[in-house]
Amino acid sequence: MDFLLSDEQKQLQDLIQQFIQKDYPFDVREKLVKSEDGFSKEFWKTFSTFGLLAMPFPEEDGGYNGGPVDIMVILEAFGTGLIVEPYIPNIVLSGNLISRLGTQDQKDTILPNLFSGDMHLAFAFAEPQSRFDLNDVTTSAEKDGDNFKLNGYKSVVMNGPAADKLIISARTSGNQMDKSGISLFVVDRSVSGVSLRDYSNVDGSKASELTLENVVLSKDAILGEEGNAFSSIEYVVNLATLAISAEAIGIMQKMNELTLEYTKTREQFGQALSQFQALQHRMVDTFMVHEQTKSLLLMAATKLNDQAEDAVKSISALKYQVGNAAKLIGEESIQLHGGMGVTEEMSIGHYFKRLTTIRTIFGNSDYHLKKYSSL
Amino acid sequence: MNLSFSEEDLKFQQEVRSFIKESYPSDIKEKMDKGIPTTKEDIVTWQKILSEKGWFAINWPEEHGGTGWSVTQKFIFQNELAEANTPNIVPFGVSMCGPVIYTFGNEEQKERFLPDIRDNNVWWCQGYSEPGSGSDLASLKTKAEKKGNKYIVNGSKTWTTLAQNADWIFCLVRTDSSGVKQQGISFLLIDMKTPGVEVQPIITIDGSHEVNSVFFDNVEVPAENLIGEEGAGWNIAKFLLAHERTGIGGIPHLKREIRRLRDITEELPLNEGFLKDDSLFMDKLNKIEIDLVSAEYTELRTLAAMSAGGHPGPESSILKIGGTDIQQSLSELFVEALGYYAHPFMSESDLLSNEKRIGPDFAATVMPHYLNYRKVSIYGGSNEVQRNVIAKAVLGL
Repeated sequence: MDFLLSDEQKQLQDLIQQFIQKDYPFDVREKLVKSEDGFSKEFWKTFSTFGLLAMPFPEEDGGYNGGPVDIMVILEAFGTGLIVEPYIPNIVLSGNLISRLGTQDQKDTILPNLFSGDMHLAFAFAEPQSRFDLNDVTTSAEKDGDNFKLNGYKSVVMNGPAADKLIISARTSGNQMDKSGISLFVVDRSVSGVSLRDYSNVDGSKASELTLENVVLSKDAILGEEGNAFSSIEYVVNLATLAISAEAIGIMQKMNELTLEYTKTREQFGQALSQFQALQHRMVDTFMVHEQTKSLLLMAATKLNDQAEDAVKSISALKYQVGNAAKLIGEESIQLHGGMGVTEEMSIGHYFKRLTTIRTIFGNSDYHLKKYSSL
Repeated sequence: MNLSFSEEDLKFQQEVRSFIKESYPSDIKEKMDKGIPTTKEDIVTWQKILSEKGWFAINWPEEHGGTGWSVTQKFIFQNELAEANTPNIVPFGVSMCGPVIYTFGNEEQKERFLPDIRDNNVWWCQGYSEPGSGSDLASLKTKAEKKGNKYIVNGSKTWTTLAQNADWIFCLVRTDSSGVKQQGISFLLIDMKTPGVEVQPIITIDGSHEVNSVFFDNVEVPAENLIGEEGAGWNIAKFLLAHERTGIGGIPHLKREIRRLRDITEELPLNEGFLKDDSLFMDKLNKIEIDLVSAEYTELRTLAAMSAGGHPGPESSILKIGGTDIQQSLSELFVEALGYYAHPFMSESDLLSNEKRIGPDFAATVMPHYLNYRKVSIYGGSNEVQRNVIAKAVLGL
């Protein structure tokens, strides 16, 4: 048994940490979030030169053969710097769908441009009523001769504003909740009938509402087999759940560090806050929760890596615990910062906001507890 | 013991209800219902309507314009205000400065300040916390030096809620640095228009501008604006904090919010049904409702003790902790109800526009509320300080 990262993975971690230290201080991040794009296309290219964008793809697709553990390493480091560049929607979700399901032609058109940082993708899987159920799809794709005609509505599409192409889940057959009958389509954002309403989220990321009105697509637009997309959707969302959990654990580590530092310097009643036993115990609790959640992260990453039988169950265990830990660490960090914790000027509140949205993304604790129980 | 309403109480409830129905301006109601931020004018307009009816300074002694209502009537009144989703009463004048002036002020001060508070002609804010003095309020450093018949004030206050709207600020200032830190504190009223007073906004994580820093640079304040004796400020502050803690729980408002969330669970689509089909979610909602009932009856017990001649003492810390816990859990449950639709951020101008909102109509204010409500366990004496108060003053530890 070995919990150690490989030399390459450690180098990757160091590379990202150095980038954060040198190029991505909090004030730079804040400027990026407030900019038109909401992130830096230049830094996105930097990530390409670091090899991050092609990391979790097979060599035959032009990737570096990385797996879940590499994704974990990248996202955990991203979390500590609160990096807002859209890695999960672009690479973990969309890139992996193309790589798993795409025809050679689809891969050739998309993957090199994705890896170079020139093309952005988004995966539209959620609908207003679907909550976290990936099989709840009402968006329809009707066969019309050699074409498909798409109608429906997709909500909170991450990275929608930057996306050149969208991957959309739509129902080609079956009922609302059926796992079979779901297909994926790759659509240019400029295609007639596709309309996107772009906006910012509270965590600084960007998203869109997507309306599809009689969008006519040729059969070349379908990604993978007709009606059989569900298992691939579930696979990439599990991978993304691991990724966002790693990000959360990076954030938790940073929030614990910031809080510890703050309580050591802030004095009230003639002593540092860190000297009060009532507060010490709470910081011990947040420290323990971070460590325990990280253990689940490592467990789930290796299970996914080994394609273990209980990999999916371990992802649900992880995300359930991430949700609980995020609540505890997020809320305690703000409380221990006092009034300063709720100000826009301090970074702690921004870590808190991202940690809070992560509690929901790809399923909250309740959802994953129920899923865990059902598996 | 009798915990039910009498015939007269029910009649009173009808009277309050029909008054609100007739007098609550529809434009303000619309803003409140849609979650659009209210302006200073909206709040003053509504509060003046209550003033004119004689229903604003409800807790004051009758000689200063109070209502003389029983505890039950006050309870009914607050519930009806919350029920109708009227703007929260801004407490700094009517619930804080007013009681200090009629309890500790001289006759001249009562005549000078109380009518304008009761009639909503003057907006007050509270100058307590300082950058270095939060939970440890008694360590405050803003200095007031007596020179002839004036105080010269230097220093700064922080977390000053709605100072941007305020005409006057009541401040705790240091008039003596020599002895025990609590003993050198005085209670001073300062006109915000005095040269040397500067207000700077603090933007909070929900993106709103509610709190401020207030700076005092050689501000000249007439000595007649001192309430009580020099050095009496700490006792006044303790009196006031106890008052603040009883009101801070916002229980009537929470009752309305719980019902609103219950309604939402019946309408918000989830798969082929509605959110109410999610039993884990509904369990949480019901747990919060039970917590709220216990907080409500604890508040009623405190109010009943007060009306029997007692003071809101250290026990009011229970209300502050209990009420704010519920405020925070409920704001969190609203976020959970929305799933992904809790995440889109809407600026004030987005809220004012007529464009269809992203997600359900009620969604826009939900996450800002959750984020903003982190403050409730921090302000008014943090919940850690409240526990210290209970430990020391109630349990005698």
